Amino acid sequence: MVNDRVTQKLEILAGAAKYDVSCSSGQGNRENKNKGLGDSKANGICHSFTEDGRCVALLKILLTNHCIFDCAYCVSRKSNDVKRAAFTVDEVVDLTISFYRRNYIEGLFLSSGIFYSPDYTMERLVKIVKKLRKEQNFNGYIHLKAIPGASEELIKEAGLYADRLSVNVEMPTEQSLKLLAPDKNHQDVIKPMEYLKNEIAGHKEETKLNKRAPVFAPAGQSTQMVIGATKESDLEILGMADYFYQQMKLKRVYYSGYVPISYDGRLPAIGTPVPMIRENRLYQADWLVRYYGFHVNELVGFDQPNLELDIDPKLSWALRNLHQFPLDINIADIELINRVPGIGFLGAKKIVAARKFKTLKPEDLKQMGIVYNRAKYFLSVSNPFSAHKDYTAIQIKERIQNLQNSKYKSDFSPQLTLF
Amino acid sequence: MTSVVYDGTYEGWLTAVFDIYEYKLDDVVFAKGEQAAAFLFGTRHEVTTEDRKAKRVLKGLQQRLSSTALKNINLTFLSEIDYSEDIMLRFVRYAFSSGVNVEQDLANRLVWEVWEAARRVRKEAHRMEAFVRFKLTKDDLYDPLYYAVIEPQCDVLPLISDHFKNRYADQRWLIYDLKRKYGIYYDLEMLNTVEVQFSDKLGSAQIKAELCDEREEHFQNLWCRYFGAVNIEARKNLRLQMKHMPKRYWKYLTEKMPDYHRS
Repeated sequence: MVNDRVTQKLEILAGAAKYDVSCSSGQGNRENKNKGLGDSKANGICHSFTEDGRCVALLKILLTNHCIFDCAYCVSRKSNDVKRAAFTVDEVVDLTISFYRRNYIEGLFLSSGIFYSPDYTMERLVKIVKKLRKEQNFNGYIHLKAIPGASEELIKEAGLYADRLSVNVEMPTEQSLKLLAPDKNHQDVIKPMEYLKNEIAGHKEETKLNKRAPVFAPAGQSTQMVIGATKESDLEILGMADYFYQQMKLKRVYYSGYVPISYDGRLPAIGTPVPMIRENRLYQADWLVRYYGFHVNELVGFDQPNLELDIDPKLSWALRNLHQFPLDINIADIELINRVPGIGFLGAKKIVAARKFKTLKPEDLKQMGIVYNRAKYFLSVSNPFSAHKDYTAIQIKERIQNLQNSKYKSDFSPQLTLF
Repeated sequence: MTSVVYDGTYEGWLTAVFDIYEYKLDDVVFAKGEQAAAFLFGTRHEVTTEDRKAKRVLKGLQQRLSSTALKNINLTFLSEIDYSEDIMLRFVRYAFSSGVNVEQDLANRLVWEVWEAARRVRKEAHRMEAFVRFKLTKDDLYDPLYYAVIEPQCDVLPLISDHFKNRYADQRWLIYDLKRKYGIYYDLEMLNTVEVQFSDKLGSAQIKAELCDEREEHFQNLWCRYFGAVNIEARKNLRLQMKHMPKRYWKYLTEKMPDYHRS
């Protein structure tokens, strides 16, 4: 009986939490001292993958889906007719520990609907993490939502026990937030984010001076934006993300393609496809900015506010900048090799290492796992010199698209295949 | 052609390399003890594993390669891919014959094959850190034990045991490799390599029920329900799921087992 009740709650409260896409469990680096339970090392682990192909790394649940707010995009909004449930503090602790001991998960991702007040809610969340850390000696990963509007003291306490804290901005612009979440404003989000930024930086300084100083959210903070529920362009979305990375020192910004869950006229109707390709392109662009040295303005601009859907942003950039190619693979700087479509940063590293031993030829690149059929339009090989004859951007795009067997392809080419 | 017969251990293989240089053996085929009978033709060289010889080879390699490259040779050994010993030998010969460190010469097949094999093993080790699923035994006979069964393509147990030791420092656990018939057992103090005789009837529901902790079934059930609840139907993408979690691993994944197979 008790078991059935918990099972039911778990289904409701995991189902309500699944639209939060963050699942990373990395960068926690909490060591297992004194033979406790758990150890979160720098690389996260994805323990399973659901049928949608998303990773399951954490027990991702809401403490409750009761909520006093009525945000149109949210499945737990006050006016929505769904089953409601709430875990007790001990139930969450027991679930986390029991799942963790069986190697199902890396840790806990706990969020909540807002019941009574932000402070009341935040207090319960803090109670759970405190119990896990102090009573259960748990060193696994904990990602906690900082509830907008909660007091700074509570958020500070949360940071002492959690690895990562996040405040979801949800809507990329103030107007959209006003439209869909009349109870919230951007300030509610920005304020705690700023507070967290300063606390994280302050604690980092302190730990440098004194190794025993308490750590504060060692895996930093992240946020999430819902994509496709409102009219923002990729320029606005990536611009906002850039602001978070630069000004707020965020570790990650997540993009969540809107899954229609409401008949509200302000939102895409139920049955509208989830903008998965667009979401994917945004992540690719995000990656290019964080790891490949691209600037947001190189990928989107006022003249081209949205990323192309049918090709990835790196190829799109290269085609718009053909004057920068071809690149001589045997002498080019690694920063430039990083920008070649078909070569990732690991591939670029391998190239730079291998060319010390011999002059690289196309077959060498193929053997090293470089996607040569994609890269070849942007490369030249010296001695004997060879480069692909001058194709136009459109010709290259056509040729590359023909060789990739994209599962999305059908969405773009309803017309006849001509080649 | 010479068949070089060794005992199947890494030290044995290193000793074999020593012998190959010592006796100037050319055109060799490696064979592990029990398969040796299959090689009826050609000459035969029996290797007696010797710590001293193995260390000499390691030392020679250390002078020419980084610790990462040394590790990669060991990982290639654990990969158990076809001709892994030959791939290792070719790389070692190249390293010894060259005046400089050649490990970054990735456009060279001799180097690349070791690099690739090592990458493959690292990848599976990482996967096993993810896909091990512990079950808890009853505590009336012995102390409770978290046990898991795996059947990886590569011999990754030696690579993942420290990870599990650090993580589950306060619980007794056993991970058993059914394919290679040995396991790693952690007794709250240290890691032990063990061979266990599993009864053929282990698969039967009755035995499992007798073996398992009473809450075990409950948590397995909870985990499966959780797994179902976090899926977003509108985003269904089985190909992506399969790419990250190939079907060959499903056999021991609680959330992927048919109900009757669970405890």
